[in-house]
Amino acid sequence: MIAPAPRPPLPADASTAPLAAALLDPAAPLPAPLRPLPGEAPERRFAVHRNNVLSGLVAALAARYPAGQAVVGEAFFAAMAAAYARCHPPRSPAMLAYGGGFPRFVAGFPPAAALPYLPDLLRLEDARARAFHAADAPPLSLAALATADGGLERRVLRPHPALRLLASAQPVVTIWAMQVGEMPLGPLSAWQPEAALVTRPHQAVLVHRLPPGGVALARALAAGRPLGEAAGQALAGHPGLDLPSVLSILIGQGAFRQERGPRSHGAPA
Amino acid sequence: MPEPRLPPRAGLGFKPAHFEAIIAAPPAVGFLEVHAENYMGQGGAPHAQLARLRQDHALSLHGVGLSIGGMAPPDRAHLARLRRLCARYAPESFSEHLAWSRHDGIYYNDLLPLPYTPETLARVARHVDAVQAALGRPMLLENPASYVAFAGETMPEGAFLAEVARRTGCFLLLDVNNLYVAARNRGADPAAELACFPLHAVRQVHLAGHAAATGPEAGPPLLIDDHGAPVADPVWALYARLLEATGPLPTLIEWDNDVPPWPVLLREAARAEALLQPARTRRAA
Repeated sequence: MIAPAPRPPLPADASTAPLAAALLDPAAPLPAPLRPLPGEAPERRFAVHRNNVLSGLVAALAARYPAGQAVVGEAFFAAMAAAYARCHPPRSPAMLAYGGGFPRFVAGFPPAAALPYLPDLLRLEDARARAFHAADAPPLSLAALATADGGLERRVLRPHPALRLLASAQPVVTIWAMQVGEMPLGPLSAWQPEAALVTRPHQAVLVHRLPPGGVALARALAAGRPLGEAAGQALAGHPGLDLPSVLSILIGQGAFRQERGPRSHGAPA
Repeated sequence: MPEPRLPPRAGLGFKPAHFEAIIAAPPAVGFLEVHAENYMGQGGAPHAQLARLRQDHALSLHGVGLSIGGMAPPDRAHLARLRRLCARYAPESFSEHLAWSRHDGIYYNDLLPLPYTPETLARVARHVDAVQAALGRPMLLENPASYVAFAGETMPEGAFLAEVARRTGCFLLLDVNNLYVAARNRGADPAAELACFPLHAVRQVHLAGHAAATGPEAGPPLLIDDHGAPVADPVWALYARLLEATGPLPTLIEWDNDVPPWPVLLREAARAEALLQPARTRRAA
């Protein structure tokens, strides 16, 4: 646009480096190539961009971690997210994937140390975000499993692309459900470890609390172990595992994908 | 290369919250626009919704992450993602911004300004060429809202955009709100800026609301392009003046923050249609 004031005879700095250097650093001076205009001072004008950058990244993290934000409150979350964004700005314009490192960052963020369950709560939300955008695939149904040829023990199940598993030392599924309104807020009856099964058989992301041993079974199956072998592994670690019940949860929630061809029926042990 | 071919009607930006309202009725707008980066996941609801909407809506694919004004050439992985989206949804138009957002491997998630000089002109033209070669179609380049000015800038924005279009064969997306905000923030006359804009290359219009930030100093407030309000009256007036000069153009109402219910957006679109209709009649006469 045509500037009303006469231009100083300086060469324009075509490099984006001076502005980039000042965007995420609140203490950085005004970038040298900027010149004053009538009205607002250049500092306040450049502050629009500084604010856009930081508030945009904080908003992206808040959208990925709504339960985390609900737990710590908006102001604390914004400060924690801004600290993360300054250390770990995005490397890609595909912002749907931004913030995957936030749970690990929070685990080492001293002001959040009083909430030991927070990192796993964030990991659960990260798993939900990844599941939401995962590739589509028709889920394996119980009927398809029952009617398949070959022995059930030797069946190899293929994990659905959206499948995510999280074993926590904290009651993280219950806390998550209370924060997002899937359960009424209230005192926890028992503070015990919980494991989350995250799936997306169709468009909606599902979160289910797995009984002890459920994650071991799901992981063994997802790693390609035949059903009999996976069950044996899970039972060895968790003798009380109710195998039919857990298997029907896994399949009912869409943890595995439909078989494609006859090759995958009764895969060799 | 196929020309952009959106209908010269009012369109709206698609928000997932409005999906049910949109499909519950016959198509009510000339086209829908989506931000390309929101559809760069592999599957799930975003693609299911867009595929459904594409069945009966013209589509404008609008990118925000290519960093065409940046120092590095457009990111190859990002171009590949855009190419896949264009192949899957065959949008009537693809547009991006005259701005940068990447520097030295960091993505700043904002549309950042660049000075207009022969050097940046050559850079932008190279990058537009690369985008058009990768996508196999001409793109539309959008004028930015601006808040700052650079020392030693040698070209007005209109001349800069005209020359990019001439060198690359790209078209322009004229954001009337951006033009208004940028002119006012520089103490310039928006109508005079519009008169200097290369209207012959414009194939789409954006309209949006802005906010006025009242600062500690006396004087005109800084206008912020926040896409969070109805289109302001002076922007509507500028738009009417534009249509008198160009005839009807595909016109998008952008509302990205504090998004209102779908019927409110439809009323904004109807306001644009009320200006487009006489422009279509004038053209037909």
